Amino acid sequence: MTGRISGFQSLGAVDGPGLRCVVFFQGCNLRCKYCHNPETWAADGGYEISAEALVEKIDRLVPYIKNGGVTASGGEPLLQWRFVTEFFRRLKEKGIHTAVDTSGVCDARHAEEVLRYTDLVICDIKATDPEKFRALTGGELSCVYDFLSVTEKLGIPLWIRQVIVPGLNDDNASVISLGQEARRYGNLEKIELLPFRKLCAEKYENEGIDFPMKDIPECDKEKLSDLQKLL
Amino acid sequence: MEQWTGFNQGVWQQEINVRDFIQKNYTPYEGSSAFLCGPTDRTKKLAAKLDRLLELERQFGGVLDIDTNTVSSLTSFNAGYLDRENEIIVGLQTDRPLRRAVNPFGGIKMTRNACKAYGYTLSDKVEQEFEFRTTHNDGVYRVYTDEIKRARHCGIITGLPDAYGRGRIIGDYRRIPLYGIDYLIAEKEKDKKRIGEGVMLQDTIRLSEELFQQINFLGKLKEMAAIYGIDISAPASNAKEAVQWLYFGYLGAIKEQNGAAMSLGRVSTFLDIYFERDINNGILTESEAQEIMDDFVIKLRLARQLRTPEYNELFAGDPMWITEALGGMGEDGRTLVTKNTYRMLNTLYNLGTSAEPNLTVLWSEALPYGFKRFAAEISCNTDDIQYENDDIMRPVYGDDYGIACCVSAMRIGKDMQFFGARANLAKLLLMSLNGGRDEKTGMQLAPVTEPYQGDILDYDKVTALMDHYRPWLARTYVNAMNIIHYMHDKYAYEKTQMALHDTDVHRFMAFGIAGLSVLADSLSAIKYAKVRVIRNAEGTITDFETEGDFPTYGNDDDRADDIAKEQVRLFYEELKKNPTYRNAEHTLSVLTITSNVIYGKKTGSTPDGRKAGEPFAPGANPMHNREKNGALASLNSVAKISYDICRDGISNTFSIVPDALGKTESERYDNLVALLDGYFSKKAHHLNVNVMNRETLIDAMENPEKYPNLTIRVSGYAVNFNKLSREQQKEVISRTFHNAL
Repeated sequence: MTGRISGFQSLGAVDGPGLRCVVFFQGCNLRCKYCHNPETWAADGGYEISAEALVEKIDRLVPYIKNGGVTASGGEPLLQWRFVTEFFRRLKEKGIHTAVDTSGVCDARHAEEVLRYTDLVICDIKATDPEKFRALTGGELSCVYDFLSVTEKLGIPLWIRQVIVPGLNDDNASVISLGQEARRYGNLEKIELLPFRKLCAEKYENEGIDFPMKDIPECDKEKLSDLQKLL
Repeated sequence: MEQWTGFNQGVWQQEINVRDFIQKNYTPYEGSSAFLCGPTDRTKKLAAKLDRLLELERQFGGVLDIDTNTVSSLTSFNAGYLDRENEIIVGLQTDRPLRRAVNPFGGIKMTRNACKAYGYTLSDKVEQEFEFRTTHNDGVYRVYTDEIKRARHCGIITGLPDAYGRGRIIGDYRRIPLYGIDYLIAEKEKDKKRIGEGVMLQDTIRLSEELFQQINFLGKLKEMAAIYGIDISAPASNAKEAVQWLYFGYLGAIKEQNGAAMSLGRVSTFLDIYFERDINNGILTESEAQEIMDDFVIKLRLARQLRTPEYNELFAGDPMWITEALGGMGEDGRTLVTKNTYRMLNTLYNLGTSAEPNLTVLWSEALPYGFKRFAAEISCNTDDIQYENDDIMRPVYGDDYGIACCVSAMRIGKDMQFFGARANLAKLLLMSLNGGRDEKTGMQLAPVTEPYQGDILDYDKVTALMDHYRPWLARTYVNAMNIIHYMHDKYAYEKTQMALHDTDVHRFMAFGIAGLSVLADSLSAIKYAKVRVIRNAEGTITDFETEGDFPTYGNDDDRADDIAKEQVRLFYEELKKNPTYRNAEHTLSVLTITSNVIYGKKTGSTPDGRKAGEPFAPGANPMHNREKNGALASLNSVAKISYDICRDGISNTFSIVPDALGKTESERYDNLVALLDGYFSKKAHHLNVNVMNRETLIDAMENPEKYPNLTIRVSGYAVNFNKLSREQQKEVISRTFHNAL
């Protein structure tokens, strides 16, 4: 079976525990205004690779990732749920820890297949207000909650994230609301706030896409750690 | 002997056997760094004084002062002090801190030029002393062939130690505290007598004369110590004396020799035995033990040699390579980490970051986790230490080896090496295409053959041409090395250091290669893409047009990595066909130090897309920014270069931005440990680790005054960033900084 990926990063240390290989899947159903990886949007971009070849690449890196594992990111990895299921199944056979890094906007029944072979779910809730969510991403917040309920039902450890954008969601009320929503899930292990950054501006230029948030300042570290304390 | 009271007995008491002493007496330490002490007020004052001097040295353009009248030697200077009243460990190379002496034994021209470069003139007195004296450099040039001179001129072989001390020899300085000088002299006299009883022919006559010199200089070491009012004829009786005796040995070596790399060896665990004994006897506290080590390291940080600007192009930043090997495992499975291993690393906190001594952690999977994590912590906070794989070196060298320079392993007191230079393999490719001509100057280097015909490069044809010229390059290189080391033994023999070796030493001859990644990627381009040649008016191939994609070294892609492996093996096998001076064992390194910049300058455009004059990647590193699969894939590519072929070391420099290594400090330390465990389990040999942001370096380049002590690991050593030339700084900044975001 083959899937489409946009890139392979052999060393990722910020998407899940320990040292991890990160596979960026091609194709996304959202168009988040601060998206870091616009090159992953188009479903027909990137390149095709077999699950076997991908696992072989990772196999060579096993000695480094013993305390970490593999993270499927993107793009939206759950759109290629059949492929990710097969990929994760093969990794689990080798005893490798698997994490999926998702927006949660997906068909919950499809996601359930992937989750059978998933050790950690990292779900980036873009916003906790349905209107804001729609404006920011073009998707529906309710899908995210449906997805999170499935992870809870299956008892898969859950990390919830949110990118903090100055002027958009860097107010206390917004962060407190995120905390309240997140704690409804019994499988929650961690809430991580990520700073909005503009390292991706160059990628937008390369893709010939206008970066909608190019004029918004980056989120500073102190502000972020103050907000993190609210959680 | 009373100085040995409290030590466990062993054969070390009947013969010179430092390893046996260590094994019978050391205390492995598996705990955390919590026991360590910060600097005392005295240490802080001395460190501040040191910093002021270093600042002055910087303001004076890199050299504070030169004594142009006095030739460096063990006893040619009066005692010198940093702070006579407050120093614990004494001894300087000259009579004032950071004053450099002249050392013309390697070559008078180099000394003359070095004086001139810093606004001094070598005194008539020294000029006269050397007027009728043959230097190493004189001897070499009496014998160098035209072919060698041309190869050297065009830079296909560069960095030959033909005008300065060869270095890369580690005296077993531990022998002095353990046995005292008198015993060492008596043993050497016995050896000399034994040799005289056999057949006297050139080898034995030479050795016997060398022993005469060794004995003579052991005597001079005693005289040197006496200038400081200290008698080192008998063993040291406590920790402070042990450090002092040992340091005198090292000091004598660097007064006598201006070798390129003058490494310390593996002293910390040895010294720990003395610290433990004093602490257990209640005559020393932990704080006092740290204070002694801090003071010792202050002395090491003051060590200097006088170099020319041309030398700095090859080995930038005024390095001494005072390499100290730390940690590792014993053959019996006990760790060789002791509390004093921690103290040595702790000097980086107590005295601040520093390029010297060149602290080298011998990494083993079996090292205690606490120590691994402490080392990783030090790396993240200082960018001052390097790592080498004990698990692949221990089976070859046992558990009492050290590292000379950056990556050259040798058994302490039992092995030495004849160091020298690098062959530029990227240039071999270009010369092979051009029928033995240099692509830059058009000069005929090697015997003429028909240059490459046709416009598109064919992989098999190109490698056949390389197969034709590789033997020529290997032979020319070995010849040059044989001449250099014959002459060095004859005119600049390392009397002090060799006196601290067994009389029958094993010798390595350490060859090197540069341009490995450029060569691998170029051959990969020829094999997997379409490379069209561009000829100049004389018909010399000087440039290339490459169409299409090709795999590059540094992506864990066997198609490119296998080419790199194969080229290393082919060159090594060719070297081995040529006999060496004193039957030295051929070894090979993939290490450039900072010469990758100058090598690049001397090399025309290459089929991988690198343009003429652009720097190579350092050591065994993949070319900058061609790594498209992240850091671990890059590490895996380098790990494929076989240590069995490259016994003189495979250097890799790894830079990562802190945010990409983990979110918190604690995560970064654990992740760095995992990275090192993974890399070395792949049988990789060496890793320099930098955890820093490129922006810091850019800022430091523009505003050096803001970063007086910014150090960074480059190929095999650490360097103060401010001491690099602008060109070298730019090259360091252009390298890959792994960033997973």
